[in-house]
Amino acid sequence: MPDGLTLNKITSQKGIGITEAARRVADLGWTPSYVKEAMSFPTDYKISKAPRDPMKQVLRSYFPMQEEKDNRVYGALDAALRGDMFRNVEPRWIEWMKLFLAIIPFPEISAARSMATLGQLAPGDDLRTGFTMQMIDEFRHSTIQMNLKKWYMENYIDPAGFDITEKAFGKCYATTIGRQFGEAFLTGDAITASNIYLQVVAETAFTNTLFVAMPSEAARNGDYALPTVFLSVQSDESRHIGNGHSMLMSVLKEPDNHLLLERDIRYSFWQNHMIVDAAIGTIIEYGTKHRDKNKESYAELWHRWIFEDYYRTYLLPLEKYGIKIHHDDVHEAFDSIVKKNYVHKIAQFFSAGWWANFWRIEAMTERDFEWFESKYPGWYDEFGVWWENYAKLSKPGSVPITFADTGYVYPHRCWSSLVPCVIREDFTIDEVDGELFTYASEVDRWTHKEAFAAEYQGRPTPAMGRFSGRRQWEEVYDGWDLADAIQDMGFVRPDGKTLVAQPHLSFEEKDMWTLDHVRGHTIRSPLLALREMSPDQRKAHVDEYRKGFKIRRV
Amino acid sequence: MTMQETTSAAAGAKAFPGSDSRRYNYFEPKGRKATHYEDVTVDVQPDPERYLLQNWIISFGDGTPTYSKDWTALKCTDWHGFRAPDQEWERTHYQRQSTIVGMIQNVVENARRAGAPQRFDKAWVAVLQNHVGAFKHAEYGLGTALMRAQRYGYTQMINNAILTNASYKLRFAQDLTLYLAEVGSDIGGFDLDAGKAHWLDDPIWQPCREAVEHIRAATDFLEQYFAVNLVFEPLVGELFRSGFVMQVAAAQNDFSTPSVISAAEADYERNLANAVELFALLLRDPAHGEDNRTMLQSWFTHHGGLAVKAALQLQPLWSLPRVKAANFVEAFERARGRVAAIGREIGIDADLPALPPVEVGQAATPAAAAAAVTDAAAE
Ligand SMILES: [Fe+2]
Ligand SMILES: [Fe+2]
Repeated sequence: MPDGLTLNKITSQKGIGITEAARRVADLGWTPSYVKEAMSFPTDYKISKAPRDPMKQVLRSYFPMQEEKDNRVYGALDAALRGDMFRNVEPRWIEWMKLFLAIIPFPEISAARSMATLGQLAPGDDLRTGFTMQMIDEFRHSTIQMNLKKWYMENYIDPAGFDITEKAFGKCYATTIGRQFGEAFLTGDAITASNIYLQVVAETAFTNTLFVAMPSEAARNGDYALPTVFLSVQSDESRHIGNGHSMLMSVLKEPDNHLLLERDIRYSFWQNHMIVDAAIGTIIEYGTKHRDKNKESYAELWHRWIFEDYYRTYLLPLEKYGIKIHHDDVHEAFDSIVKKNYVHKIAQFFSAGWWANFWRIEAMTERDFEWFESKYPGWYDEFGVWWENYAKLSKPGSVPITFADTGYVYPHRCWSSLVPCVIREDFTIDEVDGELFTYASEVDRWTHKEAFAAEYQGRPTPAMGRFSGRRQWEEVYDGWDLADAIQDMGFVRPDGKTLVAQPHLSFEEKDMWTLDHVRGHTIRSPLLALREMSPDQRKAHVDEYRKGFKIRRV
Repeated sequence: MTMQETTSAAAGAKAFPGSDSRRYNYFEPKGRKATHYEDVTVDVQPDPERYLLQNWIISFGDGTPTYSKDWTALKCTDWHGFRAPDQEWERTHYQRQSTIVGMIQNVVENARRAGAPQRFDKAWVAVLQNHVGAFKHAEYGLGTALMRAQRYGYTQMINNAILTNASYKLRFAQDLTLYLAEVGSDIGGFDLDAGKAHWLDDPIWQPCREAVEHIRAATDFLEQYFAVNLVFEPLVGELFRSGFVMQVAAAQNDFSTPSVISAAEADYERNLANAVELFALLLRDPAHGEDNRTMLQSWFTHHGGLAVKAALQLQPLWSLPRVKAANFVEAFERARGRVAAIGREIGIDADLPALPPVEVGQAATPAAAAAAVTDAAAE
């Protein structure tokens, strides 16, 4: 039989073409005449043009394709166990998965929920199948990740931290940053949230760092499970990026929307940078044992994916539709990674507060120093002594490094992104509704004060979201003893005293810190302290903060 | 201890505090031991009770948080208690959906290969074209209503049950659409646009469209979930699918349509079980059960009235096939019994009066019968 000619092809019936099928399916919708659907998802955008479906898919080809992908994932997990993956995996890496996998299922399922919004707001029914597939995809991502995490918990040497995962997600200062990301997909102005923040920025720009760079690093650390799951997840993203672009094209048809688009692309890009680069940058650069100098650094990956692929080929062309793009923000974001050591300062912060974590962070060593110095010249000068101190203070009975005399200044937290204000020179403050707030940078200040408000440049924006809740973790535990706060969060092992977090990777019980080792130190909220200062004191404090610090050897 | 043992990062390589803590320990399993569904579902959507120390951190412009209990009129002492009986998570969902897709494709391929569509009775072909063609829009409307509703539940378990329900409905609407397009292409002169025209303009379908539009327009997401599964499906969905198409088709030489339709009946059994579990839980609630009952009863009156009207208006369909293999009165009786049984299961009164005998004989006055039944439902 000639190639490509199979029995099935000879005997099968002529089906309808995919374009015709997609057209028929889109024709299922109609405009109600008995009772109008209430628009339950608020937006200040006007959308009159129906988005077109770029992918032309129907559900009957979708389900078998996804099932096949799943089969490959679950087959690979079984194979990893048969191949004794955990015998050789790097604990340094798996520990960070306790954080990463605690966060990510929530943004995923938030994305699923937000398809309700787009399905209702998009005129016409052309893109409904696209949104439906995305909804089910995101349900897939959320539960497949919960499954992966369970698998780590069952098979990795130290399950503590995986066992409390969703509870930990609700308590930890770092997971709240991930929640800022996930809640932003589905709260506030529906188009801002689900189309711009989620699809146009998070999925189109940042999923490559999340779901492609992470898997590569996992594999370098002997973890073959994460790549299997996350590359499979990423294979769904092109569909979501297509949905987002199509929706964006119909949103920008209306000139009235252009001001809001400028606002939302600006806010979304900057905040995605602040959050995703902090988390993924740290995990990729500090969660690895692999120090091959030919490997691309996070800065190099960022330049390729975000700067070249996204900024140049996706954002810039939007200018021809009349959308103002903030080029300076993109350059500033890149500079913060290559010149201002954003990722290194975040990693430093994670380690400074290691006792509040629910995963372990071990000290960087000589081998790591060498790699950092070659990729980021000047690194040792700024961070080397910090990590030497960290190693020195990793034995139980030492002073927790946060309280040791290292010269480190515990950072303020950014009211917008919730990431600490680690680039000291960019730190800024402002008042909103008569109250004082702290920000990591000017764009973060603008995000809170101008973007998330009832009015934008003189235009009423009643649908826009608001920052709420007890946004600063330090404020919740202000005045608390470390041991009491850790116990309150539940970050204690089943023996009732040993901490889940440890500043090392030793699995010897004698090396492990307990509540008693951290008792006697008090958590303070830098923001509350700042608010109590007189205007002069405050100015002096901000000036001093912006100067930064130099780490001393302990 | 060998060298290899000390360096392995595998479970059990070393004993230390917490080294054997290998279960998600933050929730109470429903049964003796957590199911896989529970492990990958419970608490993924958090809330201030479980376990948001810092509360929700973004709100809508009017101050409503990311998730709110106020999105339904129903109240619950513990929203976290619900578990979906179908235990669906991503893998089982794709396996099931994909099996259905494959089953339908086989049936259709075989039927077409055997030239079956050309042997369908002529009058039946018109029913497929006009009325099964119209009904696919009802399924689609319910699917979009559920897709909206899955945003609003207070827990992951509720929202995922509604999400998979939306997925099943939207798939089935597409199944019908593509099935008709394919068998239609084997039958000369099959008009694929006729179904929508009947959906929009044929008097037979207008009360049905009205009922579906009311479900789509309801703002309370649990009203939507309730109206779909506990009212519209038993009174109209099953009535048309099982009480008409599946019983009648074979006698018109059509063996393939019932296979396509049967998938929706199986989908519904699962979605009904999920919905019954949730509403029964809400009616058992020690603090809010009575208020919930009053609310469900009023939803039943509203949507039940519309659904009965829709069902009765479909009566002429039973006279269309050349071979009369089923009759409307029996089908409606079964639907009436079904909805009453579902009502008893959760604890509301869903008894509808029997069809007035005089009017049954007169197919021309379903509106009058509808009025009688609607009045009774409202009492
Ligand atoms: Fe996703
Ligand atoms: Fe996505």
